[in-house]
Amino acid sequence: MNETTRIVIVGAGHAGGSAVALLRQYGWKGTITLIGDEPVPPYQRPPLSKAWLKGEASAESLALRPAKFYADNDVEMRLATTVAAIDRAGRTVTLADGEVLAYDHLILATGARARKLSIPGIDLAGVLELRSAADADKLKAALLPGTRVAIVGGGYIGLEAAASARALGAEVTIIEREARLLARVASTSLSAFFDAFHQEQGVAIELNADVAALEGEGGHVSAVRLADGRAIPCDVALIGVGAIANAELASAAGIDCAGGIRVDLSARTSDASIFAIGDCTHRPLHHYGREHRLESVPNALEQAKQVASALTGRKLPAHEVPWFWSDQYNLKLQIAGLSFDTAETVLRGDPSSNSFAVFHLAADGCLRSVEAVNAASEFMAGKMLIASRKPLARERLADMSVSMKDLL
Amino acid sequence: MPKITYIEHDGTEHPMEVPVGLTVMQGAVDNSVPGIDADCGGACACATCHVYVDPEWLGKTGTPNEQEASMLSFAAVTESNSRLSCQIEVTSELDGLIVRMPEGQH
Ligand SMILES: Cc1cc2nc3c(=O)[nH]c(=O)nc-3n(C[C@H](O)[C@H](O)[C@H](O)COP(=O)(O)OP(=O)(O)OC[C@H]3O[C@@H](n4cnc5c(N)ncnc54)[C@H](O)[C@@H]3O)c2cc1C
Ligand code: FES
Repeated sequence: MNETTRIVIVGAGHAGGSAVALLRQYGWKGTITLIGDEPVPPYQRPPLSKAWLKGEASAESLALRPAKFYADNDVEMRLATTVAAIDRAGRTVTLADGEVLAYDHLILATGARARKLSIPGIDLAGVLELRSAADADKLKAALLPGTRVAIVGGGYIGLEAAASARALGAEVTIIEREARLLARVASTSLSAFFDAFHQEQGVAIELNADVAALEGEGGHVSAVRLADGRAIPCDVALIGVGAIANAELASAAGIDCAGGIRVDLSARTSDASIFAIGDCTHRPLHHYGREHRLESVPNALEQAKQVASALTGRKLPAHEVPWFWSDQYNLKLQIAGLSFDTAETVLRGDPSSNSFAVFHLAADGCLRSVEAVNAASEFMAGKMLIASRKPLARERLADMSVSMKDLL
Repeated sequence: MPKITYIEHDGTEHPMEVPVGLTVMQGAVDNSVPGIDADCGGACACATCHVYVDPEWLGKTGTPNEQEASMLSFAAVTESNSRLSCQIEVTSELDGLIVRMPEGQH
């Protein structure tokens, strides 16, 4: 590495912004160019459905780093700029306006985008999604006391938006195609708990409900039409039906992809000069012996550390246990691990007290994942136990008189 | 503006002016003070913004709530003056506050 070695980063989000900071912190002396298609420097998305949406966090507090950080650290920022193509043989990227930039190392941090529904009415005004700050501005402007919001999709973003919308006095209906909320991402016990909690907070929930169309009046959405013929009247429809990795740039350049850009544990793609980090990757999971795509801030940070370490010749960081959090009403959900190959479920605490944890064990008694609601000790200890692979005694795990520290 | 002194594990001092209403964590991140990772951005979910509050200031920084206390009890090398800096809001009362950072946050 020398002062003329060039790193180009595509995507100025949580992963790209963190990689910049870590590269400089780890002593990268070469040039860094951070290219992002959004008009603003890297910011945090989690508050967009939570504290920020409720009006409890300022717009400035979303910034990943203060704006001057990039200039101070000699990072060239190209905002509102889209990368259109990668030329691997020539080691260049071409911008949408035709400009060509050369790289020695390329980092793809292109994130994911909200999945679109291809149904009639999807282009009506008042049909929103929630991925970017610009999306969030539109949603927030629409959420007034009494606004009727139909949320299509009962995943984390949908549930968090529902909780925030209730806090703002809006009327909320969640429409979910599956038989339960959080069907892809949580256990049945957790789904049942959140279903009951949202209903207590006045949210209407339609399960097994297929959306056939969005209907409008004067070009603005007025109802969600279900496949069974029923109409759910609304002033705003928020579509939150999952995210798709922005991997097209990589796959068009012939880089190995599998629903995300395939990387190793140093975040390197099938091209040794190209790395990929964050939501756009399909990555090995050290603790689970398989590959998967993750969508979380801790994942983006872990991979940013991997690439920064690889490029500055540092030892690779320790393997993290994947984790995630979600805030809804006064509930703090923290999840550690992934529920692969689980054989048994152990409940600790009483869901009716709004503080409990669901542990998922493999057949050998080792912890694979924990879902903790207002139960930070269970989450923190669970994260350690997943990494240590220590077999657990079910009775002790379920026994609240045994402290989590004693189970480590 | 309240002055807060952040002291790295190696003793390097970072005196900073931090606006009222931000958290002690944000004051560090906004000024690129190393030693506070703040992975979750202040959601009290990650425990990577751990600091030791100078004992003289403990009366003014308040005490951790249940979530914070549980998170702290599993962080590395906690002491009786340990806090998660994202849970300390900067007030004019905290002008002069001194916090020290642990050796690592992970
Ligand atoms: C509403 C919401 C709430 C969330 N809540 C949580 C939470 O509570 N906890 C948690 O862990 N995670 C949460 N997440 C997920 C988390 O925000 C993501 O995992 C994280 O942002 C991933 O970072 P990234 O850099 O990979 O992608 P992003 O942050 O999406 O950044 C990618 C950037 O690249 C840009 N880009 C893409 N293609 C190009 C191109 N060709 N040229 C230029 N730029 C390009 C994109 O526009 C974007 O700005 C939430 C996400 C959302 C949307
Ligand atoms: S920043 Fe995550 S707990 Fe303070």
